[in-house]
Amino acid sequence: MKFTAPAEHNPIDQLKVVGHPHDRIDGRAKVTGTAAYAYERHQVAPQAAYGYMLGSAIAVGKITRLDTSQAEKAPGVLGVVTYKNAGRLKKSKSHASRLLAGPNVEHFDQAVALVVAETFEQAREGAKRLHIEYTSWPGRFDLAAEKVRAVPPKSNPMSGPPDTRVGDFESGFAQSPVQVDSTYTTPDQSHMMMEPHASIAAWHGDQLLVWTSNQMIAWAVRDLSETLSISPQKIHVSSPFIGGGFGGKLWIRADAVLAALGARLVKRPVKVALARHQIPNNTTHRPATIQRVRLGASKDGHIQAIAHDTTSGNLNGFREERAGSQSRLLYAGPNRLITHRLATLDLPEGNAMRAPGEAVGHLASEVALDELAVQLKMDPVELRLLNDIQFDPEKGPQRPFSSRKLKECLSEGARRFGWERRHPQPGQVREGNWLIGHGVASALRNSPTLESAARVRINSSGQLTVETDMTDIGTGSYTILAQTAAEMLGVPLHHVTVKLAESHFPVSCGSGGQFGGNSSCSGVYAACLRLRNALAHKAGWDVETTTFSDGHMSSAGQTRSLGEVAGPKGLSAQDKIEFGDSQKKWVQASFGAHFVELGVHRISGETRVRRLLGVFACGRILNPKTARSQLLGAMAMGLGAALMEGLAVDTRYGNFVNHDLAEYHVPVHADIPHTEVVILEELDDKSSPLKAKGVGELGICGLGAAIANAIYNATGVRLRDYPFTPDRLLSQLPPV
Amino acid sequence: MKAFTYERAHSAQQAARAAQQHPQAKFIAGGTNLLDLMKHQIETPTHLIDVNHIGLDQIEKTPDGGLRIGALVRNTDLASHPEVRKNYPVLSRALLAGASAQLRNKATTAGNLLQRTRCPYFYDTTKPCNKRKPGSGCAAIGGYERNLAILGTSEACIATHPSDMAVAMRVLDATVQTVAPDGARRSLALAQLHRLPGQTPQLETNLKAGELITSVTLPKPLGGRQTYSKVRDRASYAFAAVSMAAIQMPDGRFRFAFGGLAPKPWRVEAAESQSQPPAVAEVVLAGARSSSQTDYKKTLTARLIASALKGGNPL
Repeated sequence: MKFTAPAEHNPIDQLKVVGHPHDRIDGRAKVTGTAAYAYERHQVAPQAAYGYMLGSAIAVGKITRLDTSQAEKAPGVLGVVTYKNAGRLKKSKSHASRLLAGPNVEHFDQAVALVVAETFEQAREGAKRLHIEYTSWPGRFDLAAEKVRAVPPKSNPMSGPPDTRVGDFESGFAQSPVQVDSTYTTPDQSHMMMEPHASIAAWHGDQLLVWTSNQMIAWAVRDLSETLSISPQKIHVSSPFIGGGFGGKLWIRADAVLAALGARLVKRPVKVALARHQIPNNTTHRPATIQRVRLGASKDGHIQAIAHDTTSGNLNGFREERAGSQSRLLYAGPNRLITHRLATLDLPEGNAMRAPGEAVGHLASEVALDELAVQLKMDPVELRLLNDIQFDPEKGPQRPFSSRKLKECLSEGARRFGWERRHPQPGQVREGNWLIGHGVASALRNSPTLESAARVRINSSGQLTVETDMTDIGTGSYTILAQTAAEMLGVPLHHVTVKLAESHFPVSCGSGGQFGGNSSCSGVYAACLRLRNALAHKAGWDVETTTFSDGHMSSAGQTRSLGEVAGPKGLSAQDKIEFGDSQKKWVQASFGAHFVELGVHRISGETRVRRLLGVFACGRILNPKTARSQLLGAMAMGLGAALMEGLAVDTRYGNFVNHDLAEYHVPVHADIPHTEVVILEELDDKSSPLKAKGVGELGICGLGAAIANAIYNATGVRLRDYPFTPDRLLSQLPPV
Repeated sequence: MKAFTYERAHSAQQAARAAQQHPQAKFIAGGTNLLDLMKHQIETPTHLIDVNHIGLDQIEKTPDGGLRIGALVRNTDLASHPEVRKNYPVLSRALLAGASAQLRNKATTAGNLLQRTRCPYFYDTTKPCNKRKPGSGCAAIGGYERNLAILGTSEACIATHPSDMAVAMRVLDATVQTVAPDGARRSLALAQLHRLPGQTPQLETNLKAGELITSVTLPKPLGGRQTYSKVRDRASYAFAAVSMAAIQMPDGRFRFAFGGLAPKPWRVEAAESQSQPPAVAEVVLAGARSSSQTDYKKTLTARLIASALKGGNPL
């Protein structure tokens, strides 16, 4: 079905199943260990051999000697894949560099070999016996140094042109009596999902079967096809359980390609998991940014001019970080200039990580707003309310927001948080050795929608089966898809089986960009409408007058059970949702407001968060429990971005040094204080038939900025270089 | 991981003798560090001697009122022992500031002392490291050295010793008891256990080949006010940027030992006769070599000292 006009009243609005906080239907399998993740799918390939990847020891250069003989002689080793025997491999358009190096090397830890052996230990030992020599060339590893050579990147369909200009920023800014001009830096960040990248591959004749951990099944097929130059019809990908992705598994990585090559070489299935320390340099990361934000305002606080200039870098000039996205949409102001520049670096590939663009964009733009509030001597909540706007500030009133409750989030948050008790002067509240501060920030995350297909079958017992190649990366897709189907056909939730993430299922939107829940449920909605039609048709009834409830369908005084109508062979229907131009007509985004209370230790400079409140409005909430988990988790991730996360670049060697969970710090339980998530009621009929919007990435947007603003409120110290580890603050704190 | 053989020892003497018979052997107790190092082939023992069954897991009072801690006492048990909590609170606090509950359940007293540095370049086998491969150079100097040492370092190595427990033991004047393969027993001050890197950073302790730590002994309780202040990038499960074990003795004098600054627990007794915070910090930090990344450690150390001397509980 095409979604071309705002949704009218439809079966979802019954809210008998949708909108209820059902436990995850896959929860029991997960906690009992029966949900098999890629590397543990022993039953699909019981005889799988083990592959261990060796990454390049240099960043840029050439392999000058490659001696695999000692490795091949090592106990248990079955074969070694290198560029010399891998056959021709292409670089797919989804990748910044090739997934197997040789003879040239493009970045540190780029795969140079896969050693396949009977056991994991033997494969790892074999990898140690590879003798590889390199010639190393100078590389570009320092974003700040390469900034002068940065160029405008290409437009892309999801986020539009890199630069936008409205009005006359320069004169608008020059004429503003109150100005902020600040530069912020954010470091490279690693997804550090729990489950490492892992794949098992097997060849059945010329058919390639890959059991992997991947967010986008159709993309995985496409990219394997491009890389290996084999027809997509011959590639089968399966990824029913995924231990976190955060964007790091949007595209296949070396594990999948090397497993396929290894299986071809040793003529039996091969499994490959990346070691934790290989993930930051072998796979993708969120690129570092340098962001300059300029704000000009009148004395009464109306923003007159906004500029947000972002520079990021990437391998082979691949793609930029769109940190200015939210600055196009958050606040009013007649003169606007948003630019993005891209430098070429020889670091590993930078790519999407939870809320690409906005997650780090807010870390600059929402701190700049706080700086403006300080200059104006205005309450930062009030300043945000004053500059709210209900239409696209770039395109004008002809492109309104489909729904926007930023003001409501800010006001409700301020009320619940006790914002009025915040001391407006920084450095005034002290408890023992702790300097207490409060901060606020807005949150905006675009809510894209993507085409998504599904098939729904009903059997003679009235049991439904949903099939789509949608993935569940821990978000709760299984559950909300089941809720959608149950609602549409009027059956209890436990009568629905959801099968996901097989490449022979109808192609869904996949999981990413917080489009997954809304789009894939809309796909199931479309398929269910078809199935309702098919059932009504088979019963000889008019579908318009037929109701579906309690496992039965009724019309004109007649009632029959769904199973009986479906008959012994059952009935099946397939459809997809297409979104037409609804994203053009309306700006579609989710909104929120974060409130933070924290303490900065006056002696050590340590920041410890005490209280977090996030108030969000993101359309209809399909499942309040899983939605809350997404928002909570994203807030924790935002806290990490503010206080501790950052890949350390060694610009001499061109690698990320802190490459494991001991050295790359993400928040631990002790860092996460009492966190309250409040979701405001909202229905967005322009977004989808579900009237929902994106939830999964909203919570990370703005939280870190609220922390920065609270640190300022606690200490009077304005930090602009993330993350805010104690050393950043120490020299600016008063003497003991 | 290199293939290795394994045996289980049933007494300290037997373990030491086994080590003598296998020059490339390593003792294994909790294994919380050694196993990681073996997976990376940074440690490549050909033989493992499991010392988990040799006893030495008791904590007992010594005749002169001190406390003898068996080498195999787990960090969790040591931290929660009533005698330790009552009479050596700085040790209990230091232990609980380290690692995670799961690691503390496995980690042993001797193993904690003998754990190796967490310098990221030591773990990255594609980079030079004099500790891992003598003579290859030090990639850490001039690299990502934000959490590395500023005291006791050399041109060859700027690694830190990561222990919290050892810092508290150092301020308590602990001694370490050992048994050698020939059965000889000796006791040495904890201060004498760890070496500074000089030109041989691969040599980290003064233990001889096959010599096994059997216990750590604390002198009789010092009393006073004991604190352990650990500054780190997150609230738990992180190595110290700087940590300080401080004791204000009943007579008012102070003792300080520091972690996160040096290749061994760092204590400068001469500083303890000073009374003004800047003077104490100056003596503790004498000879410090820091970079733009590690200058903050000097600031932080001085602030912790000042806070303690002013009678505050630094953290």
